Amino acid sequence: MMVGGALSPGYRVARWGYLAFCVAAFVFLIAPILVLVPLSFNAEPYFTFTEGMLRLDPEAYSLRWYRSILDGDEWTRPLANSLIIGISATVVATVLGAAAALGLAHPAMPGRKIVTALLISPMITPVIIAGVGMFFFYSSLGLAQTHVGIILAHAVFGAPFVVITVSATLAGFDWTVMRAAANLGANPLVAFRRVQLPLILPGVISGSLFAFAASFDELVIVLFMGGLEQRTLPRQMWSGIREEISPTILAVATFLIVFALLALSTVEWLRRRGAARA
Amino acid sequence: MTSGMLSPRLRAAGLTLPLVAFVSVTFLGPMVNLLTKSFYDPDVANALPETMAALRDWDGQGTPSDEAFAATAREFVAARTERTLGRTANRVNRVASGMRSTIMGDSREMAEAAAVAEDAGVETEGAFWRETMIGIDARWGGPEPWRALRAAGQRLTARHYLKALDFERGPDGGYQRAPEAWRIYVPLFWRTFLVSLGVTLLCLVIGYPVAHMIANSPPKRANVLLLLVLLPFWTSLLVRTTSWIVLLQNQGIVNDFLVAIGLIGDDGRIAMIYNMTGTFVAMTHVLLPFLVLPLYSVMRAIPPAYMNAAVSLGATPFQALRRVYWPQTLPGVGAGCLLTFILAIGYYITPALVGGQSGQLISNMIAYHVQTSLNWGLAAALAALLLGGVTLLYVVYDRLVGIDRIGLG
Repeated sequence: MMVGGALSPGYRVARWGYLAFCVAAFVFLIAPILVLVPLSFNAEPYFTFTEGMLRLDPEAYSLRWYRSILDGDEWTRPLANSLIIGISATVVATVLGAAAALGLAHPAMPGRKIVTALLISPMITPVIIAGVGMFFFYSSLGLAQTHVGIILAHAVFGAPFVVITVSATLAGFDWTVMRAAANLGANPLVAFRRVQLPLILPGVISGSLFAFAASFDELVIVLFMGGLEQRTLPRQMWSGIREEISPTILAVATFLIVFALLALSTVEWLRRRGAARA
Repeated sequence: MTSGMLSPRLRAAGLTLPLVAFVSVTFLGPMVNLLTKSFYDPDVANALPETMAALRDWDGQGTPSDEAFAATAREFVAARTERTLGRTANRVNRVASGMRSTIMGDSREMAEAAAVAEDAGVETEGAFWRETMIGIDARWGGPEPWRALRAAGQRLTARHYLKALDFERGPDGGYQRAPEAWRIYVPLFWRTFLVSLGVTLLCLVIGYPVAHMIANSPPKRANVLLLLVLLPFWTSLLVRTTSWIVLLQNQGIVNDFLVAIGLIGDDGRIAMIYNMTGTFVAMTHVLLPFLVLPLYSVMRAIPPAYMNAAVSLGATPFQALRRVYWPQTLPGVGAGCLLTFILAIGYYITPALVGGQSGQLISNMIAYHVQTSLNWGLAAALAALLLGGVTLLYVVYDRLVGIDRIGLG
C-alpha cells in the first residue's frame, strides 16, 4: 500500500529499509529449509558445502544418502511406523471430527461454546503437559509402548483440526435446505450424502491432511510412550540428531520437505477452490 | 431411519457425542489424572499402613510410641524381604534427603536383630524395638526421621507443589523458601516466561512488516509470499531444528562463511547453538508463522483508503501508520502474540535439541522428572502449575478473540 506522493528523502530511506527488512525476514523463514536440499546430495559425509559443490562439480554430488535410507531398517521401519500410526489416527480423527463438526454447526446444537472448547482443548494444551498426562494415564492402562496408545493420542490431537476445517466449510450453510430435502421425502442419510457431503468434503480432506501432518511430525508423545517397536520418523531423527548425526538425516529431511510442499499445495488448492465457489 | 424421529437438538448433540466421549476418555481423563497425581500420593501410606497408623497420634516432639517403633521395624523388615523397601525409601528420601540410606542400611540390621530375637525366643514387642532401633542408629532417638516418614505418608499433600515452588523442609518439619542458590524451579519458570516473551516480541517485530507486505501485494505475488510463510509452517519441526544445527554449529555454514570472508578467525568461531542463542533463533523461526498468519488475515481486511485519507489530510506516513494503521491491526497483534506466547511456553523438543545447558526451559525439567528422576508427583505439580498459567492466558484470549474462533491460517 505505502502511499505515493510523500516522497521525502526520509520516506524513501524508510521504504528501502522496509523492503530490505522484509526480504531478510523471508530469507530467514525459507533459507534454513531450502539449504538442506542441496546438502542432502553431498558426496562427502559433511554438513557443509564442499568446494566441489560450490564449483557445481557433478562429482561432488551423489545420491548415497538417499540409498542409505533404504539400507537396512534404520529408516524404513520408522517410516512404516509413522505411516501406520498416522493413517490410523487420521481415520479416527476424521470420522469423529467430521461428525462432531456437523453437530456443532447445526443451529439446534445445545451448549455449543463449551462443547467446542472441550473438543479443541487437546490442540491448544501445551503438548508437554498433555504428553505427561497421557503417559501416566496410558501406562496405568497398559497402553504405553503400544501402537494403540500412540494412535489414540494422535487421534485426539488430530480431531480438532478436522472439527475446525469442516466447521469452516459449513459456515453460512442454509439449514432450511436440509428440511426441504426431508419434506421432499429424502431420509436424513440421503440428504446428508447429496447436500452436505459435497459441501464439507474439501474441509474433510484439509482437516485430515492437517491431522496426518500433525501425527507425522509428533514427537513428544512418542518420546514418552513409544518403545523400540513404536519408533517413528521424528523419533529416529531425534536419535540421529542427539547421537550420531549422519547426512542420511538430510535426505530424510528433504523427503519431509517435499511431503510438506505437497500437503500445503493440496490444502491451499482446496481452500482456493472453496473460496472461488463461495 | 429412526433418527428422523429425533429432535434436531438431540440429533446435533448425538453427532458430537462420539468425539466428546473420545476426548473425555483419551484426553480429559489423563489431564484429571495428572492433576490428581500432583496432590494425591498414596504410595508410602499404602506401603507402611501400620507405621502411619501408629504415627497418627504422635505430637511430632521427641520420639513416637513404642508401637510406632515396632510397626516400623515390622514393616521395614517385611518390605525388605519382598524387595519393595527401596521404592518406599526413595519416596521418603524426596521429603528428607539422606533417608534412603538410613532406611536401607538400618533395615538390614533390623532384619538381623529380628532373626536373632526369634532364634532366642525373645519377645519383640514395643520397647524391644525402641531400644534396638536407637541402638542401630541413634537418629531414630530424635524426631527427624519420624517426621520425614509421617510427611511422606500423607496421601493428600501439598509437598509436590511446595517443591515445585522451591520450598524445602526445614529442621523443624515446617516449610521455608530454599536458599537462593538452591532454587531451581521458580527461576526456571521465570526464564521460560522471559524467553517466551522475548521470542513473541521478536516474532512480532519480524512478522509485522512481513504480514503487511503480504497483505498489500497484488494477489499473484501475495500468494507466492504466503507460500514462503506456509512452507515452514508445514515443514516438520525436526527438519527445521536440523537445519539450524547445520547452519549454526561450530563447523556449520554460517561460521564457515564468516571465516571464509575473513570476519572471524578459524579459532574464533562463534557458539551460536547449544545455548540460549540456539533456543531463541530456532524457536523464533518455528513460531513466526503463528504470528504472521493471524496478522495477515486482519491486515488483509483493512482498506488502504484509510491510510490514503490520513495522508491526504496532512499526516506524514509515519503518523498515519502509528495513528491509523497500527490501532486497526491490534486485534491481530493480540491474538497472534498470545497464541505464539502460549505455544512458546510449552516448548520442549527445540530447547532439548539446540538449547544446550543454558537454553533449557521448564518443559525440559518436567520431561526430566518423568523419564529420568521418576519423581512423577513433582512432574505432575510442575505441569499443573504450567497448565494453570496457560489456562489463565486462554481466558484472556477468549475475552479478546473468542476461544472457538481459532483458525488455521
